[in-house]
Parts: sequence; structure tokens; C-alpha cells
Amino acid sequence: MTLQDLRGLREALKAALARRFSGDHTIEITLGMGTCGIAAGAKETLEAFVNELKTSAVHNVVIKPTGCMGFCHSEPTALVKMEGMPDTIYGNVDAKTARRIVQNHILEKKLVDGHVFERPSRDILKET
Amino acid sequence: MALNQFCLVCGGTGCESRHSDAVYKNLKSAAEELGVGNQVQVVKTGCFGFCEKGPIVKILPDESFYVGVKPEDAHQIMAEHLVKGLPVEHLLHKTHGHHSGWGEYASQLYQKQVRIVLRNCGIIDPEDVQEYISRDGYAGLEKALFEMSPTEVIAEVKASGLRGRGGAGFPTGLKWENTRKTVSDQRYVICNADEGDPGAYMDRSTLEGDPHSVLEAMTIAGYAMGASQGFIYIRAEYPLAIHRLEVAMQQSREMGLLGKDILGSGFDFAIEIRLGAGAFVCGEETALMQSIEGNRGMPQPKPPYPSESGLWGKPTAINNVETLANIPVILLKGSAWFASIGTPTSKGTKVFALTGKINNSGLVEVPMGTTLREIVYDIGGGIRGGKAFKAVQSGGPSGGVLPAQFLDTPIDYESLTKVGSMMGSGGLIVLDEDDCIVDVVKFYLDFSVEESCGKCAPCRIGGRKLLNLLTKITKGKGTRADIETMRQIGFAMQRASLCMLGGTTPNPILSTLKYFENEYLEHIDHQHCPAGKCKDLITYSVLASKCIGCTVCARKCPVNCMSGERKSAHFIDPAKCIKCGACYEACKFEAILVS
Repeated sequence: MTLQDLRGLREALKAALARRFSGDHTIEITLGMGTCGIAAGAKETLEAFVNELKTSAVHNVVIKPTGCMGFCHSEPTALVKMEGMPDTIYGNVDAKTARRIVQNHILEKKLVDGHVFERPSRDILKET
Repeated sequence: MALNQFCLVCGGTGCESRHSDAVYKNLKSAAEELGVGNQVQVVKTGCFGFCEKGPIVKILPDESFYVGVKPEDAHQIMAEHLVKGLPVEHLLHKTHGHHSGWGEYASQLYQKQVRIVLRNCGIIDPEDVQEYISRDGYAGLEKALFEMSPTEVIAEVKASGLRGRGGAGFPTGLKWENTRKTVSDQRYVICNADEGDPGAYMDRSTLEGDPHSVLEAMTIAGYAMGASQGFIYIRAEYPLAIHRLEVAMQQSREMGLLGKDILGSGFDFAIEIRLGAGAFVCGEETALMQSIEGNRGMPQPKPPYPSESGLWGKPTAINNVETLANIPVILLKGSAWFASIGTPTSKGTKVFALTGKINNSGLVEVPMGTTLREIVYDIGGGIRGGKAFKAVQSGGPSGGVLPAQFLDTPIDYESLTKVGSMMGSGGLIVLDEDDCIVDVVKFYLDFSVEESCGKCAPCRIGGRKLLNLLTKITKGKGTRADIETMRQIGFAMQRASLCMLGGTTPNPILSTLKYFENEYLEHIDHQHCPAGKCKDLITYSVLASKCIGCTVCARKCPVNCMSGERKSAHFIDPAKCIKCGACYEACKFEAILVS
């Protein structure tokens, strides 16, 4: 592709991302799946999310793998983004906690106590 | 009524020790009392990484940030802020005279970490190039190819002050300039991903979390230096990182971001992956190039430097993963922005793998000039189990051990070298009072001796001799003369070894002899290991007065050397005991004595 194509694609992607969390009700779960996360059980967590979403008939969730968030002490980690709730990073997300996130966070719009973590730093790409 | 506000209380160890638990309980009861229990949820969180100002309470969604909150403040926060919407001014965290209580950006200003290298790690899907592009991915390459000449790119990197993150800290722009200056028909760019220090995993995490940033940087480097071929030398023990790199390369090729005529600019650049077999010495640049050429990985004398005669005799620039991951951001945000972070001699950030006896082990990225105390106590949340801090081992087997007196040293290349350690690749292992310095040093020597390629005598023989002397000391058979001998061998190795593996092997010994000589002497003069780690110098026994006969130790003992009836004091058979410490770890009544 050409320079113009790349620039066009970037703008389109940014616009799509902005839309995602304002109106179309998509819920995004980003699961830390570096070697560290996987070693701590992220694959079981993923399975638990998928199963629980299925049994609860929640269909508007996108689960996305990502690399290491840096919380080695509390792997596996998951970031949940949805309208009406603050973006939330959860740590020590085993299968049981994954089910609680679906029930409490996604369905009841309540945080899962004891598992909330703060983003480790601000986002330099959002600074001008 | 549905929940509409959240009250996050830090439950990290630092804040808990200052009664954050009572703050949490008081907030909960205040919410009930004021009748907002069904609108405000009080939640306990993991460490915020700002322990010095704890306990911390954050209110969502408005992002207000309260510091130093006492249990008696809880009611006021609930009544004023959460019920009436009026912030409690005197508790809000302030920076530079402004309240940083409002807005996501402002509320995170307190954070010690600045993520440049790890900007996308944990945010994007590494196997989806579109996610990288949506976060300004390949915008640095765009700028380089279409708005800058190769020499301008080099000038920008030079101006940024970026130095090699692999350990030695050579200025990256200068390396590129030297490589470009050498006249040749072909030049090469190599990404050194042969990360091998025990306890270091910065590069693995970067490649697993954001492979495109390294591909983009290598392409920029190729353009700047006039190279059309790049190699990523990565150890085969990193299968996930390799897989994600391969996926990323495939996507980049398909999109015309790698290969022939990149983005229609006329510039060609190809990248190939070379797998290392796991020899530590292959992280040394000349040995690495030997390995890529298909030879046994052994270092070569320098000069000539790789920038003059490198891979297959052609000028070659070798940059570490972390160094490269900075490049796209430097082009995107400019060298002035990058140079504004860090210290006068060391710009930007450094990623550390923080491990050992620490509460929040993890991957942290901090500006150069951050002190060890901030890393250990604020980000790391202090020492596990409330034990006393003893030292930090930095720089892996090439580095040294820094005692408590250097906790307030701002970390950069120069300051670490000055106190006898080095930046190295970025492993930080925290030691507490239970760690024996001689034993820790022996571990690193063991590693370096095992990994010596054997080519030069100082490293091959010197390392083995040092290890033998250390072993002798940990068995209680050392003499004071041995210390002098170790110093002499170390001195010779530093000067006569062919590469830095041999040159830095004695560093752990020499730095600890400087700060912990007494601990060596304790082993030598009194055959005593103060931390109770050196197996030949300790015995385990049961304190009959404290043992309640719960039998936990007997069940944990791997060699069944413990005897005794249930509910009566147990006994350890010293002839059978292998001194593994399992009983000591298992006992809840402090009845196991190490002497």
C-alpha cells in the first residue's frame, strides 16, 4: 500500500475505535497473554470467559489477547472496557474471577472487589 | 438506583500498613449511614505505586485522587464528595500547585512509570497490525521515509541522546552514523534479542507485546544507514515471541510495510529471523555475528568494530530490542521530547524486570534518574513479609550488588558504574536479610563459568578459579588470603578478557567485597553464615519449647529425617538432614532453629 492508504487506514481505525465505546455497546475484554500470563493460567481464564459469556447469553463482547501489562505479581490480568463503567484492569483473574467479572461487572455493573488494579502509567501516545 | 460512583481504596502492602483497611471499612459504613450504599461501591484495589503518599483513595468516574487518607477522613470524603459532589480540597493530591484530581491524564501524573518502550504492551493485540497502526504505528517510518533524509534521521536519533539499552550504553545515533560512514555495497541491521541474564525478561515482553515496534525501528534504521537487510537474532527459548514476530512480519509484508518499495518510497528492506541456541555469550555482538554466519558463537577481538567490519565483513549496526523500540517514538514525537526525559547523560526511560523479595514484582519502565528507593518502595511496594532490605542486584551476572546506602542514587549509566555495578540489560533482584551475599554471588559466578565460551584464558581459567574460591568460603574453609587472590584474579580478568563476558564476570565479587566484606570474613573467620543460607555452615534443629507437635514439618521433609509423636516435640536427625529448609518454611510456630 501507499503512504496515502496507510494514513487513510489509520484515521479510519481511530474513528472506529472512538465509535466503539460511544454508542455501539461493544464490550471489550483485553486479556494479558504474554508468556507470563499464559504461565499463570490465562488460557483457563480465556476459556472461563468464553463459557460464562455463552451461558449468560452475552453476545456483544470482544475478547482480545494482548502482551504483558507488567503486573507479574498478579497475573493473569484483564482490562474490561464498556459503556457506563470505568475502564478497569483486573488482576489475579483465575477462572472463578473471570466468571465474577461477567456476572458482576458486565451484567450488574459492579466492580469485582479485591481484584481492581490501576493502569501502571499514563499513555504517552495520548499526550501532545 | 444503580451504582454510579466508585471509591477505590488502595489495598497494597504499603497502604495497608497505614490502615487503608480501616479507611475501606469506614467508607463502606459511611456509605450505608448516608444512604448511598446502592449508588457508591467501595472497592479495594492492588497497589497504585505511590506508596509514599498512602493510603490512597481514588474516586471514579471523576478520577479524583486523595492521598494520605486517614480512617477518620472517610466520612468526610463520603459525605462531601460522593454525596454532595464537593471535593475535599485538603486531601486532594497536588502537583506543581495544581490539583491533579480531575481528568484521566491529570490523575495519573503522580505515577512514577513512563512507558515509551512498553507503550503498547498490554494495550494492543500484538498479532493484529491494525491495532498497532491505530496507535500511531508506522507513523515514525512514514515521517522518516517521506519527510527526512537518512542523515536527518541519524541526526534526530543523535539529538535524542538515546543510548544502547543492552547494557553498555553506547550512543545509538553515533553507532548508526559510523555504520553509514563506512563505504560498502551492503550494510546490515541486527536486532539483538538474545536476552539471557537470569531474572531479565524485558525484551521478551516487548517482542511478545509489541513486535511491530521493533520491525518499524529496524526499517527506519535500515533507511538511515543505507542497509537493505536486517536480522533478528532471538533465542529459541522464546517460542511465543518468535511466533508473534513471524506473524507481524507476514502482516507487514502483505501491507507493503516491509519488503520491496516500502509504501511506494522506493526503499527496500527485508528482515530475517535467526534463532540462537541459548548460549549466553551469543548476546555479545561479535559472537552473535559469528553465530548468524553459521560459525561457533565465539567473540572476536575489537577493533575492527561491527560498524566497520561486521556481518560477513560488511558494516553492521547491532541494537538491542529495547533500544529499537524507542526509535519510532523518537521520530514521532521528536528528539527534544525524548531528551526532556531522564538525566543529563542518560535520556529516556529504562525497563527493569523487578524480582526477588519484593511485593509487586513486575516489569516497570521508569525515566532515567529515578532512584532505587522509588523503584523498590513505591512501584515495588517494599520488601515481602516486612523483612529488612539488604541490597539490590542490578545488571545480572555482569553487574553488582548495591547496598542500602545507594537507595537514593538516581539510576543512570554513569551512576551505576560509579558505585561498582552497571545498567546491564535491566534485571533488578531485590535481596532481603535472609539472603547470603556470598551465596548469591556464587550463583552468578556459577552462571558465568557455565556460559564462558572458553576461547580466552582469563575468562575460562579465572572464572573457574573464582568459583572454586567462593565455594571454599561457603564451606567454611576459606582464608583471608583467598580474598586477596580473588581481587587479583578479578582485576586481571577485567583487563585481559577478550569480551565483556569475561571482563564483567568478577563484578559481583568485586562489588560485594567493597560493601559486604564483613560477610565474607564472617564465613572465613567464624565459619558462620549470618543469613543461614550456606548449607555447610548451618544446622537445623527443633526448639522443643516452641514445638507443639503439629507434624507439618515431618510431612514436608523430603528425606523423612524428622521424628516425634503427634502433640510432642519433634527431632531432626542431623545425619539424614539435607538442609533444604522445607521444615523452616513450613513451621508456623518458629520452632525450627537455624544455627
